[in-house]
Parts: sequence; C-alpha cells; structure tokens
Amino acid sequence: MSIVKRDTVAIRTESDVVRARQTVRVWAQDIGFTLVDTTKLVTAASELARNTYDHGGGGDMHLEVHDEGDRRGLRLVFVDQGPGIVDIDLAMRDGYTTGKGMGMGLGGSRRLVNEFEIESQPKVGTRVVITRWRS
Amino acid sequence: MSLDRIPILKMGKFLLVSIQIDMSDQIALALQDDLTSRIADVGACGVLIDISALTMVDSFIGRTIANIAAMSSAMDAPTVLVGMQPAVAITVVELGVSLSGVRTALDVDRGMKLLERLMAERHTLEQA
Repeated sequence: MSIVKRDTVAIRTESDVVRARQTVRVWAQDIGFTLVDTTKLVTAASELARNTYDHGGGGDMHLEVHDEGDRRGLRLVFVDQGPGIVDIDLAMRDGYTTGKGMGMGLGGSRRLVNEFEIESQPKVGTRVVITRWRS
Repeated sequence: MSLDRIPILKMGKFLLVSIQIDMSDQIALALQDDLTSRIADVGACGVLIDISALTMVDSFIGRTIANIAAMSSAMDAPTVLVGMQPAVAITVVELGVSLSGVRTALDVDRGMKLLERLMAERHTLEQA
C-alpha cells in the first residue's frame, strides 16, 4: 500500500468547512470517482468537517490518495484536540445530537464510505478516518 | 466569499429562491430567517426553492430545508423544493436525512404548477 498524494486543509472557521468539502470534490474527481461516489464522499466530509469545527473547536482534515494493489482510494483524516466523545456508541447512533444538527452526522457518514474508524479520548480529542475506494 | 445572502425573488404571489452557491451553515440559516420574514412581509402564498445547482445536501442543509418547509407551511405558504440532482437524492437517502414533510417537483415549471394548484385548491375551500 502506498500514498500517492497528500495534503492538509485547516478547519478553523465555518467557511473552512465549505473549503474542505470543495477540496474533497476536486480530489475525488481527479482520481476518477463517479458522480455518485464523489457526492457521497463529499457529503461525509462535510459532516465530519462540521463536527471538527463545531464540537472539536477546530482542527485539520488530511487528504491521502492511496494505492492498494490495483485499487485507488481517497482517505480523509479529521483530527481535533477538542473535548472528545465520552460515549462513541451513543454518538454514532442516528438521531443522537448534542448540537444543532439532526444527529445523522457520524452514523450517516459511516454509511457513505467503505471504511470508517473513530478514536476519541475525553479532553484529548477525536480522530475520524474515512476511506472510499474507486468503484 | 462576498455573497453572504441568497437572493429571494417575488413572482406574483410566490417567492422564488435559487441556491447557486455552496452554502456555509451561516448562509443557510440566514436564508431560513430571510424567507420567513419575506413570507410575512409580502403575504406570500407559496415558496419555490430550486436546488438544481446544489452538488451536495448534508444533514445541516437538509434540516434547514425541512425547517423552511415547516415554517412556511405554518405561515400558510407551502414550500416546493425542485431540481434535486439524482446523485444528491441517492446520497441524502443513504445519509438518513428525512425530507418527508417537504413537497418536491422535478423542475421549476412543475414546481410553479404545483404551487398554483395548491393555491387554487385553497381558494375553493375558502369559498365552500
């Protein structure tokens, strides 16, 4: 497995959330994702970037193009040093929200990607890794 | 990023909104506020929101659209959402965002006809 290309987008303001999803769209199109695959990844990125900004107090989104055998994918890593999530199972549940959204962010974004990992530690921060492979 | 408001056009008894930019949460909330005030100001009988240029509807934008529809309907001015792209529709359903309370039409033409029909039905009811 190798990383072909990587970059980082800082998520410090609300307009950075828009910039983050626009960057994901350009990268997904560059590596030949279909329109539906691009839309799914961009939407998942928007949910997670918003979480990084709203709940994590800001952070970064790392983009990585991965080659694994004969498949290529886009991996996004959202990192913040915010208050963390106490109960991840609860936070993943549809409809659960502590903020202004619908509570579909985490659970919903997991459904839109091929791989989803979340690590969080109270008072340390949260790290969410999503990957979508080109179909 | 100088455009921080979505324009609302008045066309007869209806209000027309075409979302042409990738909205931040703040812009979406401003649209919600602006639309509800405009409905009251002009006594609008319906709202048409065209999202054919939107390449993504996430849970926040979805909720804002559902809120606008609920608020406008509470003010006796139904909202019709038109032009959702197929890829967006697929993603919205998989994400789990519910737009079940929102009237939809395929395009602006059909949306306007739907609003006119809803207004006509209401007049018939009032006269009966």
